[in-house]
Amino acid sequence: MQFTSMILSNVEISPGYWRMRLTAPPAFSAATPGQFIMVRVSGAIDPLLRRPFAVFDVGVYTPPQSGSLPQPYFEMLYRVVGKGTAMLAALHETDLLDILGPLGTGFDQGKPDEEKLLVGGGIGLAPLYLLARELTEKKSPVRLFAGGRSRDDILCITEFKRLGVECYTATEDGSLGEQGLVTEALKRRLDALKGKATLYACGPDGMLNAVAKIAESYKIPCQVSLEGYMACGVGACLGCVATGHGHSPETPDYRCVCTEGPVFDSSELKWEFQK
Amino acid sequence: MSTPDMSVNLAGIALRNPVMTASGTFGYGAEFAEHVDLHKIGAFVTKGLCLKPRAGNPTPRIVETPGGMLNAIGLQNVGIDAFVAKKVPFLRTVDTPAIANFFGGTIDEYAEMARRLDEIPEIAALEMNISCPNVKQGGIVFGTDPSCAASVVAACRAATKKPLIVKLSPNVTDIVAMAHACVDAGADALSLINTLIGMAIDLKKRRPVLANITGGLSGPAIKPVALRMVWLVARAVKVPIVGIGGIMNATDALEFILAGASAVQVGTASFINPGAAQTIAEEMEAWLVANGVADVKSLIGALET
Ligand SMILES: Cc1cc2nc3c(=O)[nH]c(=O)nc-3n(C[C@H](O)[C@H](O)[C@H](O)COP(=O)(O)OP(=O)(O)OC[C@H]3O[C@@H](n4cnc5c(N)ncnc54)[C@H](O)[C@@H]3O)c2cc1C
Ligand SMILES: Cc1cc2nc3c(=O)[nH]c(=O)nc-3n(C[C@H](O)[C@H](O)[C@H](O)COP(=O)(O)O)c2cc1C
Ligand code: FES
Repeated sequence: MQFTSMILSNVEISPGYWRMRLTAPPAFSAATPGQFIMVRVSGAIDPLLRRPFAVFDVGVYTPPQSGSLPQPYFEMLYRVVGKGTAMLAALHETDLLDILGPLGTGFDQGKPDEEKLLVGGGIGLAPLYLLARELTEKKSPVRLFAGGRSRDDILCITEFKRLGVECYTATEDGSLGEQGLVTEALKRRLDALKGKATLYACGPDGMLNAVAKIAESYKIPCQVSLEGYMACGVGACLGCVATGHGHSPETPDYRCVCTEGPVFDSSELKWEFQK
Repeated sequence: MSTPDMSVNLAGIALRNPVMTASGTFGYGAEFAEHVDLHKIGAFVTKGLCLKPRAGNPTPRIVETPGGMLNAIGLQNVGIDAFVAKKVPFLRTVDTPAIANFFGGTIDEYAEMARRLDEIPEIAALEMNISCPNVKQGGIVFGTDPSCAASVVAACRAATKKPLIVKLSPNVTDIVAMAHACVDAGADALSLINTLIGMAIDLKKRRPVLANITGGLSGPAIKPVALRMVWLVARAVKVPIVGIGGIMNATDALEFILAGASAVQVGTASFINPGAAQTIAEEMEAWLVANGVADVKSLIGALET
């Protein structure tokens, strides 16, 4: 669905990372973890295309005016990387944005009793929060493994902790948590669990590749949320595709990230480590 | 004023209004059913089809550029058999002309596609994309050589009784020569323009942004080029013209009509606003009312120079 949304807040939560809360129509509460929205950052022709962002959270708020009824909202977490995200960061409360969504196929939440290990790299935490919230509501055991270059890239950990999620952090410069890659902590946990768990991951390609490899060697299910250059977000332009498991130059196998994904079972995809 | 007459006739197909969607930007129709009332637009054009399913190019396939985008999708499509089995049933549910866009790698493939599409009653007309390389003739793009274009159009003309629209490539030195070649070979209408070839470079990586290196430019950036080509061609040939290129709103669409187009296609705009084609048709009608124009046909080629 396409709708006009009003910004309720837009706050820099860590250098270069912003959290925006926006009004949503009632039907938006059907958004599931891992789905995304396409935001028109300006009404002008430059930037021309919408920008995709994960749905970070959904909820209801009560407007300050007395006698107001609770209204639905959603949130997104974004990192300023270019023109469009810089324009978003310059917007203020009460500014309006044109939104398309929720779009795509999100996470499969699996069996509630099995431990869920969420792995996020930097802004890759964005689609994992709503997932963690829904999983903990279903009483699933959830652990978060958050990695980044430095402490500034580790986002919203207190929020995850508030859900009752046990959090591990690792930074490449050692400024927060363990020094190195968060996949090391992940492997330790998997060894302790004797490989009974489901993985959920979102982050830079290198991290996803490492997590997919871990999933393969421990023979456990793993879902990854991908990014792809998108023009439409609705399956029409075919610009956003990722390579499927059977892909080779002779046998091309492309999957549409905006409709079949952005969340895929890692075994459906072709990974760097398999090439 | 009473409601203006928005209907136009395109090579024998009656359109309720002149606004159509462009190939490759509207899927096979069903993808947009949530966003567009297909009964409020003139016609819609399918993604380009060929004989065998086609996987398309490696990624990145698209990149945004100022006021536009480059795409190198690589003509990914389901192929004619899957189209008939999986996509045609939807067309039956819509009372709006569906136009099948198609291409091939050889003249025989083009003709075979025209024959296959001719058999589908749900298809109102055919749109030939001639911006494709001829694999038998060293990869020369059909649409850049008048004699090559004439042969492939003539072969398709012989293979179908349905209205045949030929979609011209703008990547030529003389668009009028191409238009004449296609009309003389039997085109019932011409649509233009297809994308302009361009490229984008990532300075930091010192690499092209697109895996394919080059891609087709579309969007508002190409509108002035498209308008000129439509204007030139409309003056030169007798068949109806479909104007395409960077149409974002009713003003843009009406400019193409003034330049000589009988109908227009909305492409990239549908990515930004999935309801764009319908909105443009509605705004066009409002413009006619506001400006006291009783019949949109009176504006076709009405440019004063
Ligand atoms: C399904 C999905 C979910 C995403 N969720 C988030 C999120 O929750 N938070 C967040 O900060 N970012 C997210 N991204 C990445 C985000 O869309 C880009 O960072 C953003 O589009 C950059 O826009 P820009 O104008 O600032 O950058 P520019 O570099 O100026 O953008 C130019 C073009 O490239 C595209 N682009 C640039 N980087 C990316 C990228 N990494 N992925 C896809 N397209 C890109 C833009 O959309 C635009 O079309 C997501 C991407 C996808 C596909
Ligand atoms: C992603 C994409 C895919 C396209 N695929 C096709 C195609 O399969 N066949 C075709 O004839 N034109 C194709 N086109 C060209 C458009 O139909 C249209 O001619 C062009 O985009 C210019 O119009 P616009 O500026 O309104 O987008 C494609 C364009 C885009 C952006
Ligand atoms: S973004 Fe257009 S098909 Fe996925």
